[in-house]
Amino acid sequence: MIRLKVNGQERSFDGDPQMPLLWYLRDILGLTGTKFGCGMALCGACTVHNNGEAIRSCTTSLKEVAGGDITTIEGIAPMHPVQKAWMEIKVPQCGYCQTGQIMQAISLLKSNKNPSDHDIDAVMSGNLCRCGTYQRIRAAIHQAAKETA
Amino acid sequence: MNIENVSRRGFLRGAMVGGVFVLSARILPAPLWAAEGETAVAPFDPYLWLSIASDGTVTIVAHRSEMGCGSRTALPIVVADELDADWSKVKIDQAIGDAKYGDQDTDGSHSVRSYFDQMRLVGATGRAMLISAAAAQWAVSAKDCTTEPHFVVHKSSGRKAGYGELAAAAAKQPVPKKEDVALKTRSEWRYIGKESNAIFDLREIVTGKAAFGMDAAMPGMIYASIEHPPVLGQRVTSLDDKAALQVAGVKQTITIPTVEPPHLFKPLGGVAVIADNTWAAFNGRRALKIEWGSSPHSSYNSADFRKTLQATSRQPGKVVRNVGDVDAEFKRGGKIIEAEYYTPHLAHAAMEPNVAVAEYRDGKVLAWAPTQNPQAVQETVAGVLGIKKEDVTCHVTLLGGGFGRKSKPDQVAEAALLSKQLGKPVKVVWTREDDMHFDYFHSVAAMYMKAAIGSDGRPTAWLQRTTYPPIGSTFSADAKYADDEMGLGWNNLPFDIPNHRAENGPADYHVRIGWLRSVANIYHAFAIHSFADELAKSSNRDSVQYLLDLVGPPRIIDLGLKGDEAEDAKTYPLDTARWRRVIDVAAERSGWGKKTMGNGHGMGIAAHRSFLTYVATVVEVEVDSKGQIHIPNVWTALDAGTVVSPDNVRNQFEGAAVFGTSLALFSEITATNGKIDQGNFNEYHLARMNTAPKHVDVHIVASDAPPAGVGEPGVPPFAPALCNAIFAATGKRVRELPLSKTKLA
Repeated sequence: MIRLKVNGQERSFDGDPQMPLLWYLRDILGLTGTKFGCGMALCGACTVHNNGEAIRSCTTSLKEVAGGDITTIEGIAPMHPVQKAWMEIKVPQCGYCQTGQIMQAISLLKSNKNPSDHDIDAVMSGNLCRCGTYQRIRAAIHQAAKETA
Repeated sequence: MNIENVSRRGFLRGAMVGGVFVLSARILPAPLWAAEGETAVAPFDPYLWLSIASDGTVTIVAHRSEMGCGSRTALPIVVADELDADWSKVKIDQAIGDAKYGDQDTDGSHSVRSYFDQMRLVGATGRAMLISAAAAQWAVSAKDCTTEPHFVVHKSSGRKAGYGELAAAAAKQPVPKKEDVALKTRSEWRYIGKESNAIFDLREIVTGKAAFGMDAAMPGMIYASIEHPPVLGQRVTSLDDKAALQVAGVKQTITIPTVEPPHLFKPLGGVAVIADNTWAAFNGRRALKIEWGSSPHSSYNSADFRKTLQATSRQPGKVVRNVGDVDAEFKRGGKIIEAEYYTPHLAHAAMEPNVAVAEYRDGKVLAWAPTQNPQAVQETVAGVLGIKKEDVTCHVTLLGGGFGRKSKPDQVAEAALLSKQLGKPVKVVWTREDDMHFDYFHSVAAMYMKAAIGSDGRPTAWLQRTTYPPIGSTFSADAKYADDEMGLGWNNLPFDIPNHRAENGPADYHVRIGWLRSVANIYHAFAIHSFADELAKSSNRDSVQYLLDLVGPPRIIDLGLKGDEAEDAKTYPLDTARWRRVIDVAAERSGWGKKTMGNGHGMGIAAHRSFLTYVATVVEVEVDSKGQIHIPNVWTALDAGTVVSPDNVRNQFEGAAVFGTSLALFSEITATNGKIDQGNFNEYHLARMNTAPKHVDVHIVASDAPPAGVGEPGVPPFAPALCNAIFAATGKRVRELPLSKTKLA
């Protein structure tokens, strides 16, 4: 039996402990804001927080996060300054990768209140956006940093 | 938000609005079914598109799919503007697939272009009926009434009535004739062309509530993951699923027959693993033991195929445009320049892999899918299951990217087929590797170019040949010529050259070929605009000035086209003044000519017209001592005629520069013995934040011309502009993509 907290709620799961957190969130809990993109931690669409830190849920098994405190996009109280900046800069095109981008950005701003372009690029380059909204993502992170400063 | 349990809502929405001015609930005339391959033309009917509830909620139907280009928002904005609605009171209802809406295939960058006028008329008709209703209530002339957002106003008395309170009476007004409906003047538009426009789903997207195909669910559904034939056309010769069936959560396996050509959008075949959840289905697949038979495509090797294509491109091909006599000019001798260009297959790699949910019940199918073309879902599913397409209901979710892949609903047919066998709804989820291995690939292409150069450095003759497996091979197995793709930047060279011939050589397909964002324009533009720059440099001319010389004086070029292209040319004549303008604007904004080139720093330009939009792109590049490429700046100027949402258009062109970077620098699909070599993003590389252009400046040239495409046209000029910049920076001419194959240091 795996126990963990998801968005503040205690959960337990007695299925396959090797199941990636991603599929537990999506198929078992119905929290579909976390996206499947690659299954190999190559695109970042599945990014969630474990104890406040950004992780790739597609390659993180439930066993690895047993006892952990998971936050998904659904657990972020809108409008978070990052979400607000995303809306003001009008970042998304198709939007599929954006929840992963936002979760990564929130985590970045937690550890670095005023990131430089270089800091942002270094952290955000793990998150793919096929629509190509990187320039707006960078701008939105700067804006959110200003807002929270 | 899960979209569970909303399965049949689409049909009932009208009735649920509250019974007033429920235009969508009206019984419609029998839709005009389009013959295969023809564009459906639906009769004009405002009731189809618009309803107003008594609380003032305006519901507008979006019949085009949303894959990130903004058409789901743009067309309703046009309706709302002409209706003079308050946008905050507008809801958008996504249409199911139904020929009554006309063409729904969201491709070819034509949603706004094809439906702008009709959506204006829909909104203006609604506004006229609301005004009539108010005028009747007040016993005044409709001519003395006007509107402000969501209100009809009697001009002289200032009396006002809200759209909600007028809705019931408006519904009883006759639908005015098209000629009697007054459209707004451009200066009266409140939303069209305004910076404040944002995509309708913005809030849902950033809060994770937006429902994509991957998020679709039906009560009682089961999951499937399919092991497709590794080589197109291979059959299962032996299957051992014992280990797979031992995997926790796996229920059973189902063998799907291998597709026969033409492949159309039919399922590829293979072995489906059915399970309780996605993960179990993936796991079960890993435990399958399958032996595959032979296929005529098992000898497909990219390196060999390249030689074949290039050999063909050196031979005369089918002439698709001829001006003057290039052969006579070449015979005269003098300075002759030849060059060959090559581009590989590409995969779409939308962030959302292929996915669908479908339920077969009582001879009918209900599907939810991230599809660019719900009517193709109807046709494909009906064809595969042997039912009527009217019995296939396709709901369209948001698409996690499309880029052309999601016009081909093979995965929806898989889900429907499996559901029929299993007696319950089935969700088919493709892995990233499935998505890459079993794409409808952008074609590999070889181009041959030859020019004779006059004493002034300008070409006196220009021959261009292109050879690639055509998209037509997906629809007709013996298609070898890309007849339908010549309009994608090959039979419409705008250059002022007295002798010009464009040709197309034959090629066989070995994988499914499909259209990818801007399609053949990608390689056509790469060859043409790289070659133009080669000619400029061979004469020591400035690239921008040379390009303007090539385009020549402002004029309308008659390409002597036929069919649809001729129709397009009436509304959208090829106007070199507009072409020159975008070149001038991009050059000026980039500071062209003011920076020193060489020593690893360079700028390059290319200007291309596709989907009726004129685009010029300047790329600035830094090539470091290790040969690494950095792109600090891109400047794009575009003339897309009338633009509905300028900020979204800029977003499209910013993204096109990134899409262009991916295909120029990194992306390549190859085959070895018929199998695709790349499976995930560690093998098929895309631009990331640290490799994408740092700044992309997009300038929209103001224009009152009819709207043209915006989703695709930013892509084609990027790669040649980048390669021209690399030449300026390093003196190395790149004639092959991706650039990662060329050593620059």
